Amino acid sequence: MKSHSIVKKIIPVLFIVSLLGVWEAVVRINQIEPYILPAPSNVVDALCKDFPILWDNMLVTLYEGMLGFVIAIGLSLVLAIIIDLVPVLKEAIYPVLVISQTIPTIAIAPLFLIWFGFGILPKVVVVVLVCFFPMVISLVDGMEAVDQDLINHFQLMGANKLQRFVHLKLPFGLINFFSGMRIAATYSIMGAIIGEWLGGNKGLGVYMTRAKSVYAIDKMFAAIVLIVAASLLVFGVIHFIEKITTPWMRQKGE
Amino acid sequence: MSTYQNKIALSHVKKSFGTAEILKDISLEVKKGQVVALLGPSGSGKSTIFNLITNLITPDEGTITVDGNVGYMYQKDTMVPWKKVIDNIALPLRFQGMNKREAREKAISYLDTFGLSGYETKYPSMLSGGMKQRANFLKTYLTSNDIILLDEPFGALDSMTRKRMQMWLLSVTKEMNATILLITHDIEEAIFLADQVYVLSDKPATVLGQVAVEFETERTEATVLEERFISYKKKITEILEL
Repeated sequence: MKSHSIVKKIIPVLFIVSLLGVWEAVVRINQIEPYILPAPSNVVDALCKDFPILWDNMLVTLYEGMLGFVIAIGLSLVLAIIIDLVPVLKEAIYPVLVISQTIPTIAIAPLFLIWFGFGILPKVVVVVLVCFFPMVISLVDGMEAVDQDLINHFQLMGANKLQRFVHLKLPFGLINFFSGMRIAATYSIMGAIIGEWLGGNKGLGVYMTRAKSVYAIDKMFAAIVLIVAASLLVFGVIHFIEKITTPWMRQKGE
Repeated sequence: MSTYQNKIALSHVKKSFGTAEILKDISLEVKKGQVVALLGPSGSGKSTIFNLITNLITPDEGTITVDGNVGYMYQKDTMVPWKKVIDNIALPLRFQGMNKREAREKAISYLDTFGLSGYETKYPSMLSGGMKQRANFLKTYLTSNDIILLDEPFGALDSMTRKRMQMWLLSVTKEMNATILLITHDIEEAIFLADQVYVLSDKPATVLGQVAVEFETERTEATVLEERFISYKKKITEILEL
């Protein structure tokens, strides 16, 4: 059993390594210019050389992403609870939420630059916008999915409306909330990058636009590597929080 | 028939949902301390009767009187996965106004009788089917030990566990002195557990007949082999086939 799970973990690693190998070979054999497509080795080179600068920029991006993410968590909790307690509001707000998601972020993000300047605020606003939706929907859906029999059961045990909410609906919603949070976690870094692409003076997105304007494609890829790493980090943190806050799921697996 | 000691009485109750007639004419009485079984095919509206008794829905016609507090146990497990077994069981006590510590202490004092000692700090997902239903039964008992409604409490269990749970239920109910109304589609379970069996028809449900069950000796595993048991079984089968 155990050796089987190790093999399972090695397979994706081997696959990625071989993909990178093919990439390296294609670039070398065809002698592709680095300003068109750099080889992975060039990217690693750029990553090492520029690491202090990249690191500084990544911290800024992470900060923007996390700040927006946390604000979005707070907002979605508040909104989902209000929606659940006042059903009329759901009818009013839900369609607006869905419609708002059809507006391309990249199209309205420049407006935030005009409204909120070149600081971190417009970036945080973009992050909040992209993270908010999956989280509020997962929470509202989770609370709605509670079995009517269970609600009746709690009522018959003597629970009033507030107790039914605290002991039944909210925890049910929060379990579902994690799936929305995982999606939002990966969006958070992406949102910050989009904000930075449009203007600013620090962050991986800003770094990328500068690298692009001088055709330093290897540096762009180096930035992408860090973006992936940062996104995975946030994803991992959420996963960890989910693990420690849902101990009954662990016991089940034992 | 005198009604002064009736804990539950339904008189000519009718209930439809939209165009679907579920209950056509249901009259029944449950006396204090009795165990009464509602026996009928699956989907014959037996659960609707429970929802009427607990006031979750109202009848179209007829009257329902309930004298006392009601606890209601479902066929499915109604423990929430994120609370430990002890906290699930203590929920009705919390809703009655006890704080967490008091509620836990009171719930713990019952664990032995309900065969749950040592499992209080586990999560419900760790428990076997039979244990889950024992925990749900205790939760129902703590909601009310006056009138207890059991909706196919062992319906989801395998037959071995089911037999054991029936024996166990028989032994705890003797001590509890509660009034119990039990829904089942299992003839043997009805005869084995109940003092009175109401046989219901298919939808729309009416009462086809009732059988008073009495044994000369205390009920044990061997009771099901007694001649009397077999004759009750025949009687009920005949009523069902009418």
